[in-house]
Amino acid sequence: MNVNTTTRTRFARVAAATAAAVVVLALGACASGGGTEPGAEGDRPYVALVSKGFQHQFWQAVKQGADDAAAELDVEVTFEGPETETEVEKQLTMLQTALDKSPDAIGYAALDSEASIPMMTDASSRGIPVIAFDSGVQSDVPVTTVSTDNLAASAEAARHMVELVGSGKIAIIGHDQTSQTGQQRVEGFTAYIEENAPDIEIVDTQYAAGDQLKSADAAKAIMQAHPDLAGIYGTNEGSAIGVVKAVEETGRSGELTVIGFDSGQAQMDAIRDGLMAGAITQDPIRMGYETVAAAVAAINGEEVEPVIDSGFYWYDETNIDDEEIAAVLYE
Amino acid sequence: MTTTSSTTTGPAKRSAPRFGNRQQLQQLLAFAGLVVIFGFFSFASPYFLDWANVKGILLATAVTGIMALGATFVIATGGIDLSVGTGMTLCSVMTGVFLANMGLPLFVGVLGGLAIGALIGLLNGLNVSYLRLPPFIATLAMMMVAQGLSLVISGTAPIYFSEVGGFDQLAGGELIPGLPNAVLIFFVAAAIAAVVLSKTLTGRYALSIGSNEEATAISGVDVRRWKVVIYTVAGLFTGLAGIVMASRLNSAQPGLGLGYELEAIAAVVIGGTSLRGGKATILGTVIGALIMATLTNGLRIMSIPQEWQKVAVGIVIVLAVYADILRRGKEA
Repeated sequence: MNVNTTTRTRFARVAAATAAAVVVLALGACASGGGTEPGAEGDRPYVALVSKGFQHQFWQAVKQGADDAAAELDVEVTFEGPETETEVEKQLTMLQTALDKSPDAIGYAALDSEASIPMMTDASSRGIPVIAFDSGVQSDVPVTTVSTDNLAASAEAARHMVELVGSGKIAIIGHDQTSQTGQQRVEGFTAYIEENAPDIEIVDTQYAAGDQLKSADAAKAIMQAHPDLAGIYGTNEGSAIGVVKAVEETGRSGELTVIGFDSGQAQMDAIRDGLMAGAITQDPIRMGYETVAAAVAAINGEEVEPVIDSGFYWYDETNIDDEEIAAVLYE
Repeated sequence: MTTTSSTTTGPAKRSAPRFGNRQQLQQLLAFAGLVVIFGFFSFASPYFLDWANVKGILLATAVTGIMALGATFVIATGGIDLSVGTGMTLCSVMTGVFLANMGLPLFVGVLGGLAIGALIGLLNGLNVSYLRLPPFIATLAMMMVAQGLSLVISGTAPIYFSEVGGFDQLAGGELIPGLPNAVLIFFVAAAIAAVVLSKTLTGRYALSIGSNEEATAISGVDVRRWKVVIYTVAGLFTGLAGIVMASRLNSAQPGLGLGYELEAIAAVVIGGTSLRGGKATILGTVIGALIMATLTNGLRIMSIPQEWQKVAVGIVIVLAVYADILRRGKEA
């Protein structure tokens, strides 16, 4: 019994020590990696940005553009977003918190274009200008929307698909069927094919949440069901990488034309290795920059265009290393 | 039977003699379910029954399957492990740190990834046993800690293994021609898990704790200590899953992993393991994971949209658990 007690205390000690270590580690990590807290005491205008996420490289690039603008225009910027792009409610809480800090302006990338309407009204009544970025809000409150024209961008992807494939069956791996961005990336592509390429048939459109593994599995199933498939289009980074993975794992590289959307190291490698024909990239740095610039303009009472197109580019093997393209590609 | 030492400590109703039969029946039913689903899709689509596709299904099963193997041990004790999904992510990120950032040798990096998995399990075990946190809470907390740490450590960016020679071959290579290593690793891990569950003290105590924790303790087993061991073993599988996933994607993706724990738990439950504990089979878990992957694959081949795939998996879970309840009703 004695032996047992000592082992128990020893284990308890180990437990306590390890728990303490974890807490210290976590705190240390917070201290080193934490974000900038809003300085309510400062004189500089404060712009709070609530994005759709923060872990994707895309959002990191938006943040970079926002930070660039903040430094240049001498404003304070905070940037936050939920862990995944499906957490609508969590994002609304973040938006509410941001509003409660009474910023001089708010930048907001809505996960759900309608869910935030009450809060938009709230912002309006408090006299806080709202800049929508990445996707719009179903409300008159935002003074402007800074975004990629996803319909035009995905039509451009389709144009290249038509050029490369000519005729035959193609398929789409989508990343999100509930967000406007996710829907438009499929719509713009589909509409272009239907109008301009009677010889091309879109045989299937499946969604896999932008998860690489699931996108790969979905793409493989479509390839299995349509052995003569000529091309696949993936609507975001994770989807596109999943498609490349599927082609690689089935040993059918060269037989299928893969077109992607967004950037990232893996997509760039796939293009350089010839596994992917090309992809559309948005200009996230410009998006972040324009959002903060528009916010500053709104704070200063200047006129702002109702829509600011932050642009997109097609990139492939031929231009991936061009200066203009390299600047908007993010690893 | 070799399991008498542990099973006799449980309540008399659930004692040794019927133990083996019940497990076999469970597995038989799950296996029959798999055969039915497989048969259905083979008739429904001419493209389903094809080695390339079967290989695809096996590959799709591997990562979740390995996770589910570990989860089986925890669920056998009547606990639950919600940290397997993001824990797997943390293991893959740390493997990336060891191999891609620190440039450690492949072998060392892989062992390091496994060690992180074991550490996650160890902490879960200590929290459950010594801090007396309910497993749901302890592993929920770990799920969040692991997700946060993955993002912090990676700086939210994927870590690529392109410079690490041979890493992608761990899962992508084919030691047995035609069979990806990821699948081979899954099967070997399943075999080891099966032996550990049925032939070692760790497995026997897991089942015994699950069927009656008090009785197990009274019979002289240091329950708290063994729970730490059991959660650590589960963590090792989490680590292995992380390494296989990282190898298959040739990168560690810090944003991925959330939600995988539910798929792993679903696989375990479909395989006939009771969430109340005391009853678990590895073969059942393997079959459960295969059923989920086969169902998803088949529906995809038939171009059934993703939302209906989820509905189908949900219905299968209800059917599997209901079948289990019916069976138990008859035996009681």
